[in-house]
Amino acid sequence: MAEQGTFLVKSGLAEMLKGGVIMDVTTPEQARIAEDAGAVAVMALERVPADIRAAGGVARMADPTIITAIMEAVTIPVMAKARIGHFVEAQILESLGVDYIDESEVLTPADEEHHINKWKFTVPFVCGARNLGEALRRTAEGAAMLRTKGEPGTGNVVEAVRHMRTVMDEVRKLQSMDDDELATEAKNLGAPIELVREVKRLGRLPLVNFSAGGIATPADAALMMQLGSDGIFVGSGIFKSSNPAARARAIVLATTHFNDPKVLAEVSQNLGEAMPGIEIAKIADKDKMQLRGW
Amino acid sequence: MPQQMDYKPRIGVLDLQGAVREHVNLLTAAGAEVVRIKWPAELRGLDGLVIPGGESTAIGKLMDHYGFFEPVREAYRAGMAIYGTCAGLILLAKEIEGGGEISRTQPRLGLMDIVANRNAFGRQRESFEADLDIPEITGAGATGVTGAGGSSGAGANGRPFHAVFIRAPYVDHVYGEAKVMATFDEKIVMAHQERLLVTAFHPELTGDDRVHRYFIKMATA
Repeated sequence: MAEQGTFLVKSGLAEMLKGGVIMDVTTPEQARIAEDAGAVAVMALERVPADIRAAGGVARMADPTIITAIMEAVTIPVMAKARIGHFVEAQILESLGVDYIDESEVLTPADEEHHINKWKFTVPFVCGARNLGEALRRTAEGAAMLRTKGEPGTGNVVEAVRHMRTVMDEVRKLQSMDDDELATEAKNLGAPIELVREVKRLGRLPLVNFSAGGIATPADAALMMQLGSDGIFVGSGIFKSSNPAARARAIVLATTHFNDPKVLAEVSQNLGEAMPGIEIAKIADKDKMQLRGW
Repeated sequence: MPQQMDYKPRIGVLDLQGAVREHVNLLTAAGAEVVRIKWPAELRGLDGLVIPGGESTAIGKLMDHYGFFEPVREAYRAGMAIYGTCAGLILLAKEIEGGGEISRTQPRLGLMDIVANRNAFGRQRESFEADLDIPEITGAGATGVTGAGGSSGAGANGRPFHAVFIRAPYVDHVYGEAKVMATFDEKIVMAHQERLLVTAFHPELTGDDRVHRYFIKMATA
């Protein structure tokens, strides 16, 4: 009678999150600040990406105590991160009852060849992508939501822009292609032909696609929305800034009214210091989180 | 000079957060002129307003911040119909149960004689899809209200409505003028009252436009 964990139910939650902001939080207090600011969901973490980057070493799934404390603190959906390929961390998160799992490059990958087979789970997954091929490979593995990767923990939006533009350009390119060319394009993208055909037919990705990785200001959020993002993940950008509550609220308002420069000017005022940013050129390839996963 | 003056009902979709595009597509397919509503001033001249599914706390806060509540109530009193899906159901309810402090302080329209129970069907892993009998829409029953447990299967005259429930609320009970339209597992998942309509499920996700057509009829009656 009632069917649970179907693809419609999994992707349906992503549809409900559209036009919203998902915020990284590490404590129940932060989760309440995020909810109060109008976040549509929170990502429960032990450390925000900027601190993971600073700490180095192996980054893993958060302690379940932190995740359950955050789940108890708010009524909005709670997401949590598992390492790429670490399907046991995902099983644990599913058993805790989190609403979404982020198979995330922010954590140290557990498998350098295989991502998690997400079809096996009742809980939905969101995955990162830098381009259309990556997005469609994650889709084929059962992801129910996507996000462009950007470069997490940098406070620098340049990689988020690069990845969103790349995905959008590749979608537009597909739309102008002859059907006879799709097989070769699928091979070049490393993506299943059925999904490539679907993207051409829809004129967009088959899943909801948010932006992530480096968004630090209301203007950054609006920029990503104008580039075609369905919504915004803010990682370190909020709780590494000088006034998290005000900034969180401003980013929510900017995401709703992303096309209205007057609103954007208004909400950008008096927010205090944004998180300190890092120039991408100063990060060695081995330290780039976006290069994790394939 | 236009030969035909077919009236196209003007339906707004509140465009602050949530599954806006899906409602816009279905309403358009069902023959409405659809307007995305970002500001209270845009409510003028609407026959109906859809409050989409999304996060009720986020939509409620944004409506509050941009001063939507009183203008929406006024437009309703002046004849506009309102359809709330999921989050919209919570925002229309006069009373909310579950969710503790957040529910007590939830800014909302509070127009409908229903007690909503937030996320009552559980978290995401408990989310589900199922077939519903909605007598007034699927034509399965003779009377306006399904009986207790009347939750599944096709009726003699119509196919059931395939419904998707995402971290869904339900209506704990109705009172006053509100009427139950459908139940699942003995829980109220659809109700109406005068020009107000609520569903705990998301007809915008399945492409079946019967609920939207019902609402358009309600808005133009």
